[in-house]
Amino acid sequence: MSVLEIRNLHAAVEDREILKGVNLTLRTGEIHALMGPNGSGKSTLAYVIAGHPHYEVTEGDILLDGESILDLEPDERCKKGIFLAFQYPVAVPGVSVANFLRTAVSNVRGYTSQPVDAEGRSGVIGSNLMPMREFRKELNEKMKEFNVDPSFARRYLNDGFSGGEKKRTEVLQMAMLQPKFAILDESDSGLDIDALRVVADGINKLATPDRGFLLITHYQRILNYVKPHYVSIFYDGRIVMTGGPEVAQMLEEKGYSWVEREFGEAVAA
Amino acid sequence: MATHADREALKGVKEDYEYGFHDEIEPVFKTERGLNHDVIDKISDQKNEPQWMREFRHQALDIFFSKPLPTWGADLSGINFDEIVYYVRPTEKQGRSWDEVPESIKRTFDRLGIPEAERKFLAGVGAQYDSEVIYHSLREEWERQGVIFLDMDSGLREHEDIVREYFATVIPAADNKFAALNSAVWSGGSFVYVPKGVHVDIPLQAYFRINAENMGQFERTLIIVEEGASVHYVEGCTAPIYSSNSLHSAVVEIIVKKNARCRYTTIQNWSTDVYNLVTKRAVAYEGATMEWIDGNLGSKVTMKYPAVYMMGPKAHGEILSIAFAGRGQHQDAGGKVIHAAPYTSSKIVSKSISKDGGRASYRGLLRVAKGAHHSKSNVVCDALLLDEHSRSDTYPYIEIEEEQVSVGHEASVSKIGEEQLFYLMSRGIGEDEAAAMIVGGFIEPLVKELPMEYAVEMNRLIQLQMEGTIG
Ligand SMILES: Nc1ncnc2c1ncn2[C@@H]1O[C@H](COP(=O)(O)OP(=O)(O)OP(=O)(O)O)[C@@H](O)[C@H]1O
Ligand SMILES: [Mg+2]
Repeated sequence: MSVLEIRNLHAAVEDREILKGVNLTLRTGEIHALMGPNGSGKSTLAYVIAGHPHYEVTEGDILLDGESILDLEPDERCKKGIFLAFQYPVAVPGVSVANFLRTAVSNVRGYTSQPVDAEGRSGVIGSNLMPMREFRKELNEKMKEFNVDPSFARRYLNDGFSGGEKKRTEVLQMAMLQPKFAILDESDSGLDIDALRVVADGINKLATPDRGFLLITHYQRILNYVKPHYVSIFYDGRIVMTGGPEVAQMLEEKGYSWVEREFGEAVAA
Repeated sequence: MATHADREALKGVKEDYEYGFHDEIEPVFKTERGLNHDVIDKISDQKNEPQWMREFRHQALDIFFSKPLPTWGADLSGINFDEIVYYVRPTEKQGRSWDEVPESIKRTFDRLGIPEAERKFLAGVGAQYDSEVIYHSLREEWERQGVIFLDMDSGLREHEDIVREYFATVIPAADNKFAALNSAVWSGGSFVYVPKGVHVDIPLQAYFRINAENMGQFERTLIIVEEGASVHYVEGCTAPIYSSNSLHSAVVEIIVKKNARCRYTTIQNWSTDVYNLVTKRAVAYEGATMEWIDGNLGSKVTMKYPAVYMMGPKAHGEILSIAFAGRGQHQDAGGKVIHAAPYTSSKIVSKSISKDGGRASYRGLLRVAKGAHHSKSNVVCDALLLDEHSRSDTYPYIEIEEEQVSVGHEASVSKIGEEQLFYLMSRGIGEDEAAAMIVGGFIEPLVKELPMEYAVEMNRLIQLQMEGTIG
């Protein structure tokens, strides 16, 4: 079992503190839903876990199986098994989904770090990749399994994708990269009913005992398909309440004004 | 770059070479440093040229002396014309030994995975026998169709009448200072003649006939595509060209007749101490298509603006260029399209990348002459800056003398996106590789126009440039 532990995490962007002491423990085999109002810092938390250079951690730590990952570059964190499905996936024109995924998979699975010649030198970047045929076969299977149209392999990454297509492609990436911990930042937003099902099915397929999830969402809706073990409420840069699925239910009924009444002062103090 | 088949052929030839071909190496000849009429005579004597060419060279030299250095483009003050050797017999280059090739270049060859034979050739060491033989087998095929593909010196010897008819008609010696210089001291380059209606399927690659003098500093290329014919000419190699000379000044003239097509692809990767000042121009007659695909990666300074003069109705001109300016480099490149007839169309797409303080300039001219009504032109130039110290400029000149025309011009400058970098890195891709991918994506619309081997090499080169291991 692996553990991703966020301890008293404070983070700032441009001198403004956004995360104000987050404590959260994710374990493989568990799904942890995180709900909270707009602007409360959920995406910031996700970015800080993935290592976005814009955010400065001012206090606290993030430990993966007891070791801090704060000094690791985003690519190194990914190789350690941390995956972030973006709320707003970024377009990279001219780079095909297939080429991108082959490079990513080759890095994560260690192909690229192998020496290219007898003298042990590593080669030109991009020269040591997962064999094309093997990769294609796997990609085709995964595209089928996760309901992504095969034509997307040749399309440029997120370039001109609809909102729903982007989210599905994030799930496909997760399926290819097989992370230990996946942080899904509103993977359910902007989806029509069918797409929501597809994304939820994808998450369920990947929710194996060797994987943990942080499911950031605004809606109870997805939790009808994906059953969380824990639900936390995020408010003004920290987690103010954690419980079982009933917390999501309660939130749906009472809304964030209730959270504000309940926790607003405590936070402000 | 050689294809697999070429490489197989190379292997066989290698053995012949070892059986003593090298006995045939000619004695070395080169002119003294600096330039004067004496030097011109020596070149002409060596080449045993017709009198008209000798006179042409002398006149060109006077024009060269009379013209000032252009001051509107890149900084050329570092060129010392008196220090340059203007003519070197190719045997001189063959004589260079592998040991003299700089370590950095060898390392790059290594990393590119270029086979031994090719490396030596690229570094100007031996191996020309190899390519010679490949060339010969293809040449038989072309000869059957009446296609002529020779080095310019042989072209002049064997087809003087054709050369004389077209030589310097597209780019006269007086066109600019460096065209004049080339006209005075030219040596090597290609002579291509494609007869009426003939379609040459395999791209003609200058690489095949390296034995001739085409790797020189002052190549002169002349391509004539007769009515309804088509050809794709590919010049240059993607591996860095090691040259002991610091000035490269070529002239390329192309005549594309009625309904003919010509595509000219260059990937320039001179070592980073070379001034690369090239004049390239094509005339396209009625219904003809001319396409320039131009990649500039190497050199210290490049000034190159391939031009298409559309002389007949419905002619089409296209210029696709990619420039990569790294540390200490200035790529001043672009294109010129001149609409001199009605219903002509043109397209310029220019992409530049600047890194480590490099500077890329787009300089373009779009001219629609009186009478060229219903002409269409679209110019797009995109620049990508990889850091704060690098620079990109755009100098578009547009002259329109006709009413009914459609002209589009778009320019963009972008910085490599931090969000794109983070996104790719969050998928396990290291920073350099992620940046290389973004750059690769940026130029992909042009790279996909390259012949396959060149496209692959181009991407690898970009990756190397991104690692900062070249230069
Ligand atoms: N790079 C940045 N520069 C400046 N402010 C930022 C930056 N990133 C986040 N913020 C600010 O931090 C706060 C939290 O933003 P964040 O995106 O984490 O919220 P969120 O909880 O994900 O909201 P939503 O539910 O709308 O996605 C917001 O006020 C936002 O404007
Ligand atoms: Mg968010």
